[in-house]
Amino acid sequence: MSAVSRAAVEDFLFHEADLLDSWRLEEWAALFTEDARYLVPATDRPDDSPASSLYLIYDDHGRLVERARRLLKRAAHAEFPHSRTRHTVTNVRLLENGGDTARVSCNFVVYRSKREVMDIYPGRSEYELLVSDAAGFRIRLKKSVLDLEALRPHGKLSIIL
Amino acid sequence: MFDQPASDWLRDSVRDEKSRGVFRVHRRVFTEPGVLALERERIFDRCWLYLGHVSEVAEPGSFVARKVGGRPLIFNRDRSGAMHAFFNSCPHRGAMVCRERQGRSNGFVCPYHGWSFASDGRLTGQPLPESYAPDLRGDPSLNLHEVPKLAEFRGFVFVNFDGAADSLENYLAGACEYLEIVSQHGEAGMEILPGSQSYGARANWKLLQENSADGYHANTTHATYFAYVKARDGAVLNNYVRGGFGRVRDLGNGHAVSESVGATPWGRPVARWIPPWGEAGKAECDAIQRRMAARLGEERAEIICKGDRNLLIFPNLVVNDIMAVTVRTFSPVAPDRFEVEAWALAPKDESAFMRDMRLRSFLEFLGPAGFATPDDVEMLELCQQGYAACSAVEWNDLSRGVLDEDGPAPAKQDELQMRAFWRRWHSLMTGAAR
Repeated sequence: MSAVSRAAVEDFLFHEADLLDSWRLEEWAALFTEDARYLVPATDRPDDSPASSLYLIYDDHGRLVERARRLLKRAAHAEFPHSRTRHTVTNVRLLENGGDTARVSCNFVVYRSKREVMDIYPGRSEYELLVSDAAGFRIRLKKSVLDLEALRPHGKLSIIL
Repeated sequence: MFDQPASDWLRDSVRDEKSRGVFRVHRRVFTEPGVLALERERIFDRCWLYLGHVSEVAEPGSFVARKVGGRPLIFNRDRSGAMHAFFNSCPHRGAMVCRERQGRSNGFVCPYHGWSFASDGRLTGQPLPESYAPDLRGDPSLNLHEVPKLAEFRGFVFVNFDGAADSLENYLAGACEYLEIVSQHGEAGMEILPGSQSYGARANWKLLQENSADGYHANTTHATYFAYVKARDGAVLNNYVRGGFGRVRDLGNGHAVSESVGATPWGRPVARWIPPWGEAGKAECDAIQRRMAARLGEERAEIICKGDRNLLIFPNLVVNDIMAVTVRTFSPVAPDRFEVEAWALAPKDESAFMRDMRLRSFLEFLGPAGFATPDDVEMLELCQQGYAACSAVEWNDLSRGVLDEDGPAPAKQDELQMRAFWRRWHSLMTGAAR
């Protein structure tokens, strides 16, 4: 497997952001491998392990698929009607490249508007991407660390970062 | 703040007409700034408030800094091993002397003028001391100020800003029994795990206490969570059989519990198995219960392992012992805004496997990104926004089960636990109790 380009990785991350902002969440979940994890640590312990410290999100594949499905239901009340979101992805860097895995970091800002209130979620994401010629990129790990000391005034993280 | 007619209004803000089967609360109690000011004076300045857990300050010198009842505090263990709660404010000019959320330190140095304090709060240094009167160094008012009362029950540490307050155990009343149950999960004791969930809501703080043990809202507010568990494990919560899944109890002084055994569909790390934990997990759950039965007896082990409890301690502590154990405390910032700090409590001697299952289990429901808590936050905010109409739609109805509340087993979907809160709230606010 030859090394991937940053432009290709950026195209993929922009595609992911677009799926989220368009509420095509099942397509978003399909970007992940069967052994994937989607993680958001607690705001006070970003470097801890989710197996020993309390996180905000510690999804395996089954739970991230359900997270996506659940959010599309009318009874996912915090997101009904759907909030309007805008995922902005910048500062993309290839940390490890070559072989079948690429490790990538990026900065993000997610804006969420609901009932005339806007909440802003800034942070940094780390991705482990499985690279194949046939299927392009698939996400094996997405860990998003919020640059917030508390989810205030947001009160919740009901969207996908 | 409250002139005479307003006091009359406050007295009439809770309508407790048990004989008619009616219990109502006026919605202005969620919106009026004057109510919050009076709550600070008559509730938050007089009740025992949760500070933290002993495991958070296990070692000499360890400290955490947090707000309790709106006040910045330092909770620490001094070098000799004694626990303290100090106001995090320099006695010199007021700056917060501790700026980290947690850590270990033999003392605190005020960043403003450099006054230094030992871990037991004693003033140990002032730059250029010769300009002060000779006696000033011995003046105890220049030590870090301790909160008037600090007490522990089964690892849960509380403070009281009223030096004349009754003892913590008398205050906790019937809640002691339930704090004891949750302290017994682990043979070697319990600990707060690293990582706190710090969130809040744009709503009145009392709405969270109402929500935290509300059995009636489960099937509607959390329909998507129960659908997830059903699809995964085939387990179902039947919330529409009255009395079919447990009871609520008034524990005195505004505290209450909602409890059941074996009636809910989720797994419990101590120790109610669900299929995703596999055969090894099943063997471990069985072993946990066997060891616990040998330690505490069969009956208590069954209650701990197979039961669920949502414990409300007046005014602002929730200990939910459900698919994991969460300790949650919250404080008002404004009539329409509160802050929450929530932690996971776990047995110290838990295996790495069960610890992992516990944390996954916690997050499937609980916390600001779980499959349930965000929808609770949403409901509280919808209520708060609805109260903008409170001059026209004045009353909240909390009458469910009021006719049966003195019977043998008020149902878990009833609203007795909320009425217990409001009766205490009302007697403190009107001065009938203190």
